[in-house]
Amino acid sequence: MSSSQGAPAFTNPIVKWIDRRLPIFTFMHHEYGVFPTPRNFNYWWSFGGIAMVMLITMIVTGIVLAMNYTPHVDFAFDSVERIMRDVNYGWLLRYLHVNGASFFFIAVFIHIFRGLYYGSYKNPRELLWILGVVILLLMMATAFMGYVLPWGQMSFWGATVITNLFSALPVIGDPIVTLLWGGFSVDNPTLNRFFSLHYLLPFVIVGVVVLHVTAMHVAGSNNPIGIDPKGPQDTLPFSPYYVTKDGFAVVAFLLVYLAFVFFAPDFFGEPENYVKADRLVTPPHIVPEWYFLPFYAILRAVPDKLGGVLAMFGAILVLFVLPWLDTARVRSARFRPIYKWFFWLLVVDCFVLGYCGANPPEGYFIPLSRVATLYYFAHFLVILPVLGKIERPLPLPNSIAESVLGGARK
Amino acid sequence: MATSNKSATADHDHDASRRDFLFVATAATAAVGGASAAWPFISSLNPAADTLALASTEVSLAGIEVGQAIKVMWRGKPVFVRRRTAEEIKEARAVDLKTLPDAGDARSPADDAKRVKAGKDEWLVLVGVCTHLGCIPQGSSTGEIRGDYKGWFCPCHGSHYDTSGRIRKGPAPKNLEVPPYEFVNNGTGLKIG
Repeated sequence: MSSSQGAPAFTNPIVKWIDRRLPIFTFMHHEYGVFPTPRNFNYWWSFGGIAMVMLITMIVTGIVLAMNYTPHVDFAFDSVERIMRDVNYGWLLRYLHVNGASFFFIAVFIHIFRGLYYGSYKNPRELLWILGVVILLLMMATAFMGYVLPWGQMSFWGATVITNLFSALPVIGDPIVTLLWGGFSVDNPTLNRFFSLHYLLPFVIVGVVVLHVTAMHVAGSNNPIGIDPKGPQDTLPFSPYYVTKDGFAVVAFLLVYLAFVFFAPDFFGEPENYVKADRLVTPPHIVPEWYFLPFYAILRAVPDKLGGVLAMFGAILVLFVLPWLDTARVRSARFRPIYKWFFWLLVVDCFVLGYCGANPPEGYFIPLSRVATLYYFAHFLVILPVLGKIERPLPLPNSIAESVLGGARK
Repeated sequence: MATSNKSATADHDHDASRRDFLFVATAATAAVGGASAAWPFISSLNPAADTLALASTEVSLAGIEVGQAIKVMWRGKPVFVRRRTAEEIKEARAVDLKTLPDAGDARSPADDAKRVKAGKDEWLVLVGVCTHLGCIPQGSSTGEIRGDYKGWFCPCHGSHYDTSGRIRKGPAPKNLEVPPYEFVNNGTGLKIG
């Protein structure tokens, strides 16, 4: 450890004693105290910290909910109702958890699109980006399994539909589905293992988040103009500047989140899930939670079972190779006049896909979702590689400090 | 933080007091906010409404002969209901209260007359949990050891209770607790809690 290099002089003897044996205070000082952070962050850079706050919120509320939840098909639904009616503040804890999932995804989606806009996935941050995609996949698995736990109609039929996706695989498909279920349909063994994994995966997410943040501290943060800091004039110590700025953003975000928790707690929910699971009646219109809708639209857009499943998973897997698909050297979209437009088209495309996913696959939704799916893949597989070759970026500023101060003069 | 504060004080006294105020105000807000946010989580660990709704139990006293005792469940704990013989009552009343290890309190008095309902001296109702470390003392069912004082005997660490359920010997610090109860159905039933 380079504790001698700029190590803070602690005055508290206990802190001193611990730090000589386990330099956690020095570590915190280096990584969160004086950590040189580009001075030109905008509020889009706060969403990583916001996502972290949401992850902690989910884990804390989840632990308390698990104390009152029974993972058994005969008792699960009633135990959730008991949480809502009888447990002290159970309604609050559950609504915090349910809406927390939505707001965790909101924070993470904004965080991802910020990375796309400012080219945060490019050299030397490829691995940092890949770890982020791993976190997204883990979040999706965790959210899906969590949605099964209340054992309502949408829980049961959502679980049935999603697990059946794997039956599309040739030869091994059916045995895999049986393995996932632990039976011949979604039943008690399925509920038990989903509960177990739903409790485990958040801690796996924490582990990958640690790697994600470590990788970020090695490469340093990207910033809105996408050029590396060249010296102390380009950076600010993380504390107090970004502690304060992120703290403000966290509070603002929590205000919106809590407004939903207290005033519209079922806004993101599906009323059908307040009906207990009935294995003999499928609801007329099955929809996943809103954060899965674009992927659900891609699944249904492909007229072939296996093809649909592959396209859906492919929509995320393509993100793993994004750092190599985007051939442009310039990171920030601020200096990429054409990419900027394609970025916003992709955002619109994702909303269109979400809209298609929320509606039944009939009428004009079918061609619309097909066009949107094709465009999604075209963006990553065709537009980005070609655009990097033909686009002429705007001249980059010489330094972050210059761009900040220059902007102030105008 | 402390060091940067000091240098700030030296340079700009005016700024430092303003900054100190902001620090204190922020910390106070965070502390109050954190405590209020923690409250629902802690409160949720307390008994839920359905648990509290099960807080009283009714039992029938029909069929309990003199000298017999039964165990019933109340709030997840056993309650001993013993129909004492005249001799047992006499023994319990004869003890000099000053010689008892536990002088008693409102919930669990030492005077036998106060441990039963007036005119119902036969019926002794006790929470069947040893006041030492929570085991269930023996002595209610036929054939169980009743200890040196013919009441109850806790096998875990050897506490002896007498025919009024008072601690007489052993590590338990207090007398067995008397739960709140009343006689119902003209004295043929008991409502505990």
